[in-house]
Amino acid sequence: MKSKLPAFPYLVFMAVFILVPLLLVAYYGFTDKQGTFTLEFFRKFLEPLYLKVFARSIWLALVSTLLCLVIGYPLAMILAGDTFKKKNILIVLFIVPMWMNFLVRTYAWLTLLENNGLINSFLDFLHLPKLELLYNNRAVVMGMVYNFLPFMVLPIHSVLVKIDRSLIEAAEDLGADRLRVFSRVTLPLSVPGVLSGITMVFMPSITTFVISRLLGGGKTTLVGDVIEQQFLTVYNWNFGAAISLFMMAVILLSMALLSRIDRGKEGLL
Amino acid sequence: MADHIIELVDVGKDYGGSEALRSINIRVRSKEFLTLLGPSGCGKTTTLRIIAGFENPTRGKVLFNGQDITGVPPYLRRVNTVFQRYALFPHLNVMENVAFGLRIKKMDREQTAGKVAQMLEMVNLSGYERRNVSSLSGGEQQRVAIARALVNEPEVLLLDEPLGALDLKLRKEMQIELKNMQQRLGITFVYVTHDQEEALTMSDTIVVMDSGVIQQTGTPVNIYNEPSNAFVADFIGESNIVPGVMLRDYLVKFAGAPFECVDAGFAPDEPVDVVIRPEDVKIIGEDEARIRGIVRSVTFKGVHYEMIVETGTRAWIIHSTTRVEAQSRVGLEVLPNDIHIMHGGGRTG
Repeated sequence: MKSKLPAFPYLVFMAVFILVPLLLVAYYGFTDKQGTFTLEFFRKFLEPLYLKVFARSIWLALVSTLLCLVIGYPLAMILAGDTFKKKNILIVLFIVPMWMNFLVRTYAWLTLLENNGLINSFLDFLHLPKLELLYNNRAVVMGMVYNFLPFMVLPIHSVLVKIDRSLIEAAEDLGADRLRVFSRVTLPLSVPGVLSGITMVFMPSITTFVISRLLGGGKTTLVGDVIEQQFLTVYNWNFGAAISLFMMAVILLSMALLSRIDRGKEGLL
Repeated sequence: MADHIIELVDVGKDYGGSEALRSINIRVRSKEFLTLLGPSGCGKTTTLRIIAGFENPTRGKVLFNGQDITGVPPYLRRVNTVFQRYALFPHLNVMENVAFGLRIKKMDREQTAGKVAQMLEMVNLSGYERRNVSSLSGGEQQRVAIARALVNEPEVLLLDEPLGALDLKLRKEMQIELKNMQQRLGITFVYVTHDQEEALTMSDTIVVMDSGVIQQTGTPVNIYNEPSNAFVADFIGESNIVPGVMLRDYLVKFAGAPFECVDAGFAPDEPVDVVIRPEDVKIIGEDEARIRGIVRSVTFKGVHYEMIVETGTRAWIIHSTTRVEAQSRVGLEVLPNDIHIMHGGGRTG
């Protein structure tokens, strides 16, 4: 009994700041303005207009996660390996932007990609045609990849550095060239890092609204934008709450699926 | 040339400017059990890693069946390694670990399964196929590591202190098992250890190394009985190493008296190291002896007593099956055959 006492303040904190708001969201989601039980707002979210937004959110989040994986895995390998001598510079370049505020970083991209931004000014200077860089899906994906890449690299990196060097040597000794060492030893051993990286990128990607607002310019509405509008512009808290609950279910489901894969891998051991 | 499966020719290795290996020459005969023996940091593991291909020598050549394989990556070499900490793949079970090399070679399923089963039987692990490697004991992991290497039918098996992590009894059993396996399969073993007793038990040839230099190469009997210098004598078994002077051929002076010996070919009055094994020092009556001293301690060691006898200038270690009371005055005698003379005289024991 005594050992539970130190946990008490945290329990109170979690109850007040996590459980109660969650229950409130659930209450709003399942009721209408008069406070009577209804599933109307869930049904409303299944209308084509919103389903399209939902599909776009999932699609962009998947693309961003995949890009983060494709860019992040080799980067994590370079950071974990000892072949690249200028590793420290790379780490600094990678970490310094993280010291800046998320919004500032994203605004910085605006000035780069704008019609009269740095890139287009440079193209103009070279007498090349300007590019439509902002306010489309590509810009949103780029913003997500840029902002969430560290969440992919760090878990993979921390798994890679823990892989025993002698396992790599053992594989080489048994006839595996570099490609096979990677596919049969390094990659399978880094699966837990990859899975947590995917989770940590996919979740913020699917719920973001700042990136789509700034870089998508309102043309690429995501679920996060819809929720934000319902709460702050339309004042339809019930609908906003219902979408939130729906997204929560989606995220929980995908996490369960991922951990299933993870456990399946361990089951093979 | 053909009966040397591996040859290291003037191999040297530098790490950050300091020499880890200095011009090593080793010839491994086909089907022999060769041991690289030495204290930690002597370069024996580096030598093994150069043979395996994990390290490239800074200088010199590595020959395999007479062919230069310096710079050939490990996965193209017909050698396999048993690693010090086993290095089993944690994401694979016992069978998958053993089958790893065969699957890389794309051997068909049935043949692979047959070979793996046969190998596991040889190392007494039949029925362990589906077991998780982390659930195995140290000894069992060791056997999996050996099976994983041997299933590839290497021409040479490299073993890096494979028994270091096992307890004494298991180590003794594995020593005999490894030696049997080596003879039965007719595979060349290159074995790294710092345990001189292990080296003496198992090897056909021992290469004693220290500070990146080969001190002596020879059979176990040869190395034990005829150590070529004071380091080898000290490292292989216990020794009394006494500074002396070679008066002339077959006569050496040490501990204040001239002794007959069987060595010749030294310069007159050349300073030498005299090496005498503890079991070769006989305890006799004080009056008839040329070396006299007082027994300072007597320790029972099972088969023999270990006694420390102080002679005023130095302490002698003596192994004897008969016990002498501590603090008693004794005389020491050494037969000419048991006196080993070494050049140098730099070291004092």
